[in-house]
Amino acid sequence: MPQAIIRAERVEKFYAQPSENRIQVIAPTDLAVLPGEIVALLGPSGSGKSTLLRMLTGLSTPSAGEVYWHETPVQNAAMNVSIVFQSFALFPWLTVLENVEAPLQARGVDPAERHRRAMHMLDTVGLDGFQHAYPKELSGGMRQRVGFARALVVEPEVLFMDEPFSALDVLTAENLRSELLELWQKKTMPTQAIFIVTHNIEEAVLLADRILVLGRNPGRVRTDFHVALQHPRDRKSSAFTQLVDYVYKVLTQPDAQPPELPRTTDGRRVREERQSYKMLPHARPGGIAGLLELMLDHSGKADIYRLADDLAFEIDDLLPIVDAASLLGFLTINEGDATLTPVGAEFANAEIPRQKTIFREVAVQHVLLLRQIVRALASKSDGSVPEEFFHDMLDEQFSEEETLRQLETAVNWGRYAELFDFDASRGRFTLSPTRRREEALETAG
Amino acid sequence: MKLLPSRFNSESLRNDAAPPTLARSQAVRRSWPFLLDLLVACVGLAAFYGIVQIGRLWLGQPQPNVVLSLSPRALPRYALYSVVRMGLAYVLSLVFAIGYGYVAAYSRRLEPLLIAALDILQSIPVLSFLPGVMLAMTAVFHAHQLGLELGAIVLIFTGQVWNMAFSFYSSLKSLPRELTEASDVYHFSRAQRLLQLELPYAAIGLIWNSMVSVAGGWFFLMACEMFVLGSRDFRLPGLGSYLQTAASEGRTGAILWGLAVMIAIIVATDQLVWRPIIAWSDRFKFEQVESERRVHSPLLHILRQSSAARVLDRMSLAPLTERLYRHEALRTAARQQVRQTSPANRLSTVLRIVAAGAAVVVVGYAALRAMHLLRGVDAAQVGTVLRGAGATLLRVVVALTLATAWTVPAGVAIGSNLKLARVAQPLAQIAASVPATALFPILLLLLLKSGAGMGTAAILLMLLGTQWYVLFNVVAGAMAIPGDMKEVAKLFRFGTVQRWRTIILPGIFPFLLTGLITASGGAWNASIIAEYFHLRGQTMQTFGLGEQISAATDSGHFAVLLLATIVMALMVVTINRLVWRPLFRLAESKYKLA
Repeated sequence: MPQAIIRAERVEKFYAQPSENRIQVIAPTDLAVLPGEIVALLGPSGSGKSTLLRMLTGLSTPSAGEVYWHETPVQNAAMNVSIVFQSFALFPWLTVLENVEAPLQARGVDPAERHRRAMHMLDTVGLDGFQHAYPKELSGGMRQRVGFARALVVEPEVLFMDEPFSALDVLTAENLRSELLELWQKKTMPTQAIFIVTHNIEEAVLLADRILVLGRNPGRVRTDFHVALQHPRDRKSSAFTQLVDYVYKVLTQPDAQPPELPRTTDGRRVREERQSYKMLPHARPGGIAGLLELMLDHSGKADIYRLADDLAFEIDDLLPIVDAASLLGFLTINEGDATLTPVGAEFANAEIPRQKTIFREVAVQHVLLLRQIVRALASKSDGSVPEEFFHDMLDEQFSEEETLRQLETAVNWGRYAELFDFDASRGRFTLSPTRRREEALETAG
Repeated sequence: MKLLPSRFNSESLRNDAAPPTLARSQAVRRSWPFLLDLLVACVGLAAFYGIVQIGRLWLGQPQPNVVLSLSPRALPRYALYSVVRMGLAYVLSLVFAIGYGYVAAYSRRLEPLLIAALDILQSIPVLSFLPGVMLAMTAVFHAHQLGLELGAIVLIFTGQVWNMAFSFYSSLKSLPRELTEASDVYHFSRAQRLLQLELPYAAIGLIWNSMVSVAGGWFFLMACEMFVLGSRDFRLPGLGSYLQTAASEGRTGAILWGLAVMIAIIVATDQLVWRPIIAWSDRFKFEQVESERRVHSPLLHILRQSSAARVLDRMSLAPLTERLYRHEALRTAARQQVRQTSPANRLSTVLRIVAAGAAVVVVGYAALRAMHLLRGVDAAQVGTVLRGAGATLLRVVVALTLATAWTVPAGVAIGSNLKLARVAQPLAQIAASVPATALFPILLLLLLKSGAGMGTAAILLMLLGTQWYVLFNVVAGAMAIPGDMKEVAKLFRFGTVQRWRTIILPGIFPFLLTGLITASGGAWNASIIAEYFHLRGQTMQTFGLGEQISAATDSGHFAVLLLATIVMALMVVTINRLVWRPLFRLAESKYKLA
C-alpha cells in the first residue's frame, strides 16, 4: 500500500463547556488520503463533513489527535493543498486573472511567470477571454471555473472540494463534473488525490474511487468502501443504481448501535445518553403533514430515495422531515423504506383541529423539550417562563447556533400544537390562549 | 475543458487594461490624455506651492495673537490652512482607525478592552480635550507655530476617529468565512491579506464613515481655530477664525464671503474627493450580482484615462506591492523551517508582560493624579455641575424633539416621492455639510437682535448641528418601505392615521432611531459651544453643563473641567445604555424589514 499523503490519527473535535460536559462534534476518527484516488465524503447535514475537511487541510486544529502530511505533523509541514469552495470564495474586487494569480503572489512567484501560469490555467478551464472580467459579471458555473483555476494553479498535491457543485444548477454541475473527471483521468493536472465533500449520493458514486459515509451525533465514519466501477460510469446501469441504493440505506438507517461514549484521559466525559435531549430535526409541522399525506397516496409505504426523486428534493431537505415524522411516531423506517404507522395514517386523514390534537399528544409524549416547557408553564402561577431557562439547558449539549435552532423548532411545534405561545419581544414562553381557556373552565367546573 | 468558443481575442484584451471607450474618434482619444497629463502636472505644482506656504507658517514663530485680515483676498490662504488641517487630521484618523480596528479584531486578549474603550471615548466631549492638548502641544513645540497646529489636528482627530475604527473593526469581524479560509489555505501573508481581503472588504464602510467624520471634523475645526485659554487668546489663521472674527466684529460682507468659500470647499470636496472615491469603491461591493444604481464621477473617468496616472501606478505602486509580497513569501518559507527549533519565544513573552505591566502602572498613576485633582472641587461646585447637566439634558431633549418633529414629515415626503427626492436631496446634503459652528455666530447675532436669549440660541445650534442625521435616516427609511406594503394601504383604503401607524412609523422606526442616537451624542457635544460663546468682545452664556466646561476652560479651572467632562461622558453613556440600546433591540427584532 502506498504511503498516505494525508493521514489523520484519532482526530476529534469537541467544544468544552463550562460544566463537566462537552459537545462532541466529531468522534475520534482515523482517515487517510492515498495517492491516485478520489475520495468522497458523504453525510447528512450536521455530521461534521466540513469540519473534517478543514482539519485535514490544516485550516482547523483538531481538539485531539493529529493530522500528518507525508508523515510530518501538519503544523510543521508545508502543505500543498487547495480548496474549491461551495460559495466559490472569489475576491469580488479582483479580476478573474488577479484572483487566479493571488495564490502565486503569496508564494512569491515573479510577475511574468505568474501571469503565464495563470493564463495557462484559465485556458485549461475554458476561461480565456474572461481574464479581465470581475467575478460578479460571470454566471455561477463560470465563477466556479475560476474557483477551479485558482485551486489548480498552485499544482496542489491534494485538491479538496467542499460541495463544489451544490450552488450550481443541475446541468452546469453535470458539465463541470465531467470536465473535472476528464482532467483527472488525462493527468492534465499534477494533483495526486481529490477529496470531495458532498451530500449528493449520485455525485459521490459517479466520481469517487472510495466513499466514506459519516454518521452524526457525534460525527464518525460509518462505512468506508471502494467503488470498483469503471469510468465513465453509467447512471442507468444496475451496478450503479444498486450502489446508490446501498448508500441511501446506510444514510437513512437509524444507527444500529449507539456509538460508545468516549471517555477522555482527564476523566471528563461526554454527556450520557439518558440525560440528553434528542436533537429536534428542523422540520415544520406543515411539511410533516404534507409528507404523511403523500405517503397515504403511496398506500402507506415508500422508498425514501424514490420519494426524494419524485419530489425533486435534495436528500438533505427531505431527511429532516422524515426524521421528524419518525421521531413523532408517524413513520417507521427500515432499510431506506418508510412505513406509515396507524397514528400517522390517522393524522394524515384528519381535519386540521383533529390533526392538532394528535400532534399535541405525540409531541408531548416523544419530545422531552416540549414536555419540559409545558410542565414548567403549568407550575408557574403567572403562566410564563423565560426562554433563557431552556436556552441554558440546551446550551449544555448543543452549540450556540444549534441551541437557537432547537428553540426555534420547539416554538414552531409548540405553537402549531397549541401547547404554548411564545412572546418574542419579551423572550418568554406563555400559556397559549386556548390552554388558558381550558384551564379556566377546569377550575370553574 | 475547452468548451467555450473563444469569442474574444484574448491577446488584445490582455494588453489593454483600460476599458475600451466606445464611439470616440481616434484623434480625440490621443489628444485627451495629453491635456489630462497637463492637468495632473498643474495639480502637482499647486500642491508644491501649498506645502511651501504651510511650512513657512508652521515653522515660524508662534503667533498666539494673530490679527486676522478680513479682506476677501486673504480668504484663499485661510481656506488652504483649514483644509490642510482637516486633511492631516483625517489621514491620521484613517491610519489610527485601521490600526486600532485591526488589533481589536485579532487580539483576543485586547479585544474586550479596546471595544469598551471605544464606547467610552466616543462619548467624551471632544472640546474637553482642548485645553489639555493645546497646553501640552505648545509646551513641546514652544518655539514654533507647529504646536498649536498639531493641537488643532489632534483635537479634530479625536472627534472623527472612533466611528471609523469601529467600522473597520466590525468589517473585519464580519469577513465571510470562506474568503478567510481561501486566504489561509493559500498562505497569504499578513500584508497580502490586508491588501487583497481586509481593506477591500472594509472599504465601503470606511468611506461612508469617513464622510460622516470629515463633516463632523469641520464642526470642531471652526471651534478649535479660535479660543481663549486662561489669560491666553489663541488664534489659528483659518476659515473658522475668519468667520468668528467677522461675526464678532459684525462685518456682514466678510461673513458672506467666508460662508461662500466654506460652501465652495464643501461642494468641491464632495465632487473632487468623495464622489470619485465612491464611484471607485463600487468594485468593493460584496455582491454576487451587478447592481443597477451607481455613482458616476467624471473626475474618476479622467484619472482612469490619464496615462500619467497609469504610469505612476506602474512605476511606484505595482513594484512596491510586488516586492512586499515577495519579501513576505520568503519570510514565511524561512519561518516554516525555523518553527521546529525555536524556543526563543519565551523572551518576547516576558518583554510583553513587562510592557503591559508598565502601561498599567502609568495609567493607574495618571488616573490617581486625576482623581486627586478632583479633590479640589467643593460640594457646591458639584451641585452646580449636576444642575447644569439637568439643564443641558433638557435642551438636548427639546432639540431632538424639534428635529424629529420637522424631519419625520419632511423625510417621509422626500423618501416616498422620487421627483421631490431628486431636487431636495442634493440641497439638503449641501445644507447639512455646512458646519453649524460656522453659521452659529451669524445666527446668534440675528437672534440677539430679535430679543431671544442665549438659551434659545443654544437649542438652535444643537438642532442645526444634529437635525441632518435624523433627516437623512428618515429619508432612507421611507425609501426602504416596500412598494407592496404601500399598495396594500391603497388597496384597503387606509386613512392617513392608519397608514402612518401601521406602515410608515414602524417602517422608519429603526432608521429614525439610528439618526437620533447619532444626533443625541452630537447635541451633547455641541452644548459646549452653544452655551458659552464669545461675541463682540462679550461672553454670552446660559447655565448648563457645556457652559461649565467652556467656562472652566477659559479660566483654567481644571478640576471643574475634569468633573464636568466626566459627568457629560457618564450622561451620554448612561442614556445610550438605558434608552437607546433597549429601543434599538426592539427595532432590530420587531421592526426590521427583512
